[in-house]
Amino acid sequence: MQTVKMVVTGPFSSGKTQFIQTVSEIDVVATERKISSESERIKETTTVAMDFGRITVDDDLVLYLFGTPGQKRFDFMWEILSEGMLGFVVMVDSSRPETFREARRILETFRAYAPTPYVVTANKQDLEDAWEPDDMRIALRLSPEVKLLPCISTNKESVKNALLELLYSILERMES
Amino acid sequence: MALKGNLRDFSFSQLLNLISLAKKTGTLEVHGPNKAASISFDSGKLSYAQNNKLDHGLAAILLRSEKLTDKQYQVIREKANNIGDKELGLMLINSNYVTQEEILDSLKNEFVSTANDLFTWEEGVFHFENNVKPAQDKISLLISLENIIIEGSRQLKELEQLQDEIPSLDMALKFTDNPGTNIRNVNLSVKEWRVVSFINPKNTMKQIARTTKLNDLEFRRIVYSLIQAGLVELIRPEGAEPPSPKIPTLPVEDSEEQKSLVNRLITRIRSL
Repeated sequence: MQTVKMVVTGPFSSGKTQFIQTVSEIDVVATERKISSESERIKETTTVAMDFGRITVDDDLVLYLFGTPGQKRFDFMWEILSEGMLGFVVMVDSSRPETFREARRILETFRAYAPTPYVVTANKQDLEDAWEPDDMRIALRLSPEVKLLPCISTNKESVKNALLELLYSILERMES
Repeated sequence: MALKGNLRDFSFSQLLNLISLAKKTGTLEVHGPNKAASISFDSGKLSYAQNNKLDHGLAAILLRSEKLTDKQYQVIREKANNIGDKELGLMLINSNYVTQEEILDSLKNEFVSTANDLFTWEEGVFHFENNVKPAQDKISLLISLENIIIEGSRQLKELEQLQDEIPSLDMALKFTDNPGTNIRNVNLSVKEWRVVSFINPKNTMKQIARTTKLNDLEFRRIVYSLIQAGLVELIRPEGAEPPSPKIPTLPVEDSEEQKSLVNRLITRIRSL
């Protein structure tokens, strides 16, 4: 059995766990804990080690999706999770510009760990105060060749689109 | 007993807090990678500070605070090089070069700036020796530490944010090609102009910071403002090798098999 892995990363509460849950064929193996810090009490629980989802491709091949913990104090896990990955998705909550700087820091860190292909998703585009992807590109200082995809992580087609765009980038990298 | 340690384990703000609360008198020597500083305290107040990389004579301090011209400084260096700071200060006041207030303000700015710089040091071996005072010919002040600790901590937070914005000084800067932007029409300070004059794809930011003798916070603050104003952008320095893009890790080695594997993944995702 061959296995490949993709990593889903991004700031705290950017929608990583939901993204994996939407396409995983198994219930996501989540390592969530109740949030202790008042400043991070935007949601009730957070991922502390990793989320783990699976998509069986055929009898010989399985794709694993790993979600990184979003809180800064767990970022020692990132290097371990990034080892051997096919590529990565950086999730950004379009409605929380205060997390954009953190998203850039995460992106730079992952690029340093492994310069594999990646895509950035402008998640939560269904929210009223979501930023336009074009404005987010400027705020995140992404160059034009970086794929920034509008996303709603509860929507399967939207998540599929992000994964497919990442796979196209991987294929392009192989052919170049 | 002397107070010894490393700023990595015991931060400069913690040290200042301790010295202030214990109303200590003595001199703190800090040796970091490629830099060193010495700060004296009198009953828990800052009395003297010097960055050991800079000329810390009174004439040089007055030159840095623009109270003396280059020409005046050269004359003093030639004719009064062996005179101590106290005597030189009196001579300068009597000859109407500067006022007493200007000397005291310049010294205060210099001492506080040296202390503020220490907040940004991530490591450095420190050694506080009780009752060691600055040299007799040096002019001492008494500056309370509370404001320095508050301001230093504020600057440290700002530096952390700037380090997020500009994570590495190994990159270079270039002027943007935005039409209608002319740097000559922008109001820049002397320090900003100094940085601007070295902007060139061949110079890394680290080289520019070293040449302009700006501390990390000052330099990053200037670069950040220039980037935000759309005047410059970060680029890889000319001649530096771009990082080689990594082929993703796959369980098969043959390139055709790898492509086939990715195509199988694509087909599967599409079918979800």
